[in-house]
Amino acid sequence: MLKDITLGQFFPGKSVIHRLDPRTKLLLLIIYIVALFMAKSWCSYALVLAFLVAVTFLGRIPFKAMTRGLKPMLVFIIFTAVLNLFYTKTGTLLLDWWIFEIWSDGIITAFFMVMRIMMLVCGTFLLTYTTSPIALTDAMERLLNPLKKLHVPVHELAMMMSIALRFIPTLIEETDKIISAQKARGADFETGSLMRRAKALIPILVPLFVSAFRRADELATAMECRCYHGGEGRTRLKVLRYAGRDIYAFIVGALLLAGVIVLRHFGL
Amino acid sequence: MTPIIQTENLSFTYPASEERLALPVFENLNLEIEEGSFTAVIGPNGCGKSTLAKHFNAVLLPSGGKVWVAGMDSSDEEKLLEIRREIGMVFQNPDNQIVANVVEEDVAFAPENLGVPSPEIRKRVDDALKTVGMYEYREHAPHLLSGGQKQRIAIAGVLAMQPRCIVLDEPTAMLDPRGREEVVSTITRLNREQGITVVLITHHMREAVGADRVIVMHEGGILTDGSPREVFSQVELLRKAGLDVPQTTDLLYSLRNAGWDLPLDALTVDECAEAIAAALQIEN
Repeated sequence: MLKDITLGQFFPGKSVIHRLDPRTKLLLLIIYIVALFMAKSWCSYALVLAFLVAVTFLGRIPFKAMTRGLKPMLVFIIFTAVLNLFYTKTGTLLLDWWIFEIWSDGIITAFFMVMRIMMLVCGTFLLTYTTSPIALTDAMERLLNPLKKLHVPVHELAMMMSIALRFIPTLIEETDKIISAQKARGADFETGSLMRRAKALIPILVPLFVSAFRRADELATAMECRCYHGGEGRTRLKVLRYAGRDIYAFIVGALLLAGVIVLRHFGL
Repeated sequence: MTPIIQTENLSFTYPASEERLALPVFENLNLEIEEGSFTAVIGPNGCGKSTLAKHFNAVLLPSGGKVWVAGMDSSDEEKLLEIRREIGMVFQNPDNQIVANVVEEDVAFAPENLGVPSPEIRKRVDDALKTVGMYEYREHAPHLLSGGQKQRIAIAGVLAMQPRCIVLDEPTAMLDPRGREEVVSTITRLNREQGITVVLITHHMREAVGADRVIVMHEGGILTDGSPREVFSQVELLRKAGLDVPQTTDLLYSLRNAGWDLPLDALTVDECAEAIAAALQIEN
């Protein structure tokens, strides 16, 4: 039941998008998000959407994978849509029934908000679909490197993230085992009020935490035995290098942002 | 030959905590591990064999006495990295010693820490993975591999440091018989073909049979020490310490007690069968 967590799922591939430097992809995502939040008209939304579709196509990511990523966000998306639909009170009044009023602008705002959230989620998923977690943490470490001068523990943060990602499947497996063990002892997780069900989680969480701490302890010793002594003087197996395609990617990103800014300037 | 690891009057006491008093694990332990040898350390639970192993690469430091590793004092903090590079360590639970989520990245972890240049890391990783027979799996996720495969990855991760000695702390305890066989044959090959010193801590007697030397630990001291044949023929001594003997020795011992004239030092199944056959011929 816990196996279908899509968090940070990676689709290995050899497409142009896969081969881009992870730093480029990370920066492009930021450009994309900025563009998305600056867009406020049909034209600019269309431009950003075109970019998203193009990247999805180039990365050969199946359409299904994108919609699957949206599923857990459904409640949030509906909530935002409803909120925007009823709280915008400009334009022409279309419907007035009991306490509900729907205005023409409400429909448009709600539509834009929903599009924005969906495109935001899809863009982020595109990054994790086409970039291995280890490349991603590596890219973050490199991009945040200047912060080391401000004594931000950049290497340690990146190391923690990659270890966390490494242990997700191990801990999920362990959780499944504990659930089975507790069920075999007659524990009931499926019935009763919300409060009761929440309480039923305690006998899962306690052993899980105990074992996670034990694992952490053993892992720390094993890392020390393999000469880990922080980020200082550390080299990498795979060194990140920008290639020609990264320059094109940055140009496309700049064009996207410029396009949205220009459209915004003309009030489109 | 010079010993690669030498303990000199080694004493170690776990510090007292709220739950228990200070616990001396061993006192005045003297031990030498020859370079290039294959030593098995056996003993019942709690006899201090894991604690001893952790002294070999300065994870634990002696409370008294000294541990010399390749001529370096283990309590010399400046030599810490060098000691850990010389003495690789593999632990019991393969899941808790794999750091990265791609096999080759995990094997690269130690050389990365040592600041080895990237092309050299690539070469070491490939060599180490080929040595343990896991090269085809270099781009796999470790959590999808079997226990024996994970443990071989852990060994490759240590090999990438190019150590002179590998200490394995019950590496097969969590594996199925097949995984156990994979790991034992890998470390035997490393010792025979590459001349790497191996210290194997185990409680499987069968694994100790393949070693050059067996050290039996009991209650923080060395009970007996010698070749597998010498050690396992002391059946009563081992039994008294709560240890099993290999099945072959067990059989020969029982037959001897029943009045047969049999040697006790036939360790492999073939030797044992031959010894019994010879005894039967004399009888007829």
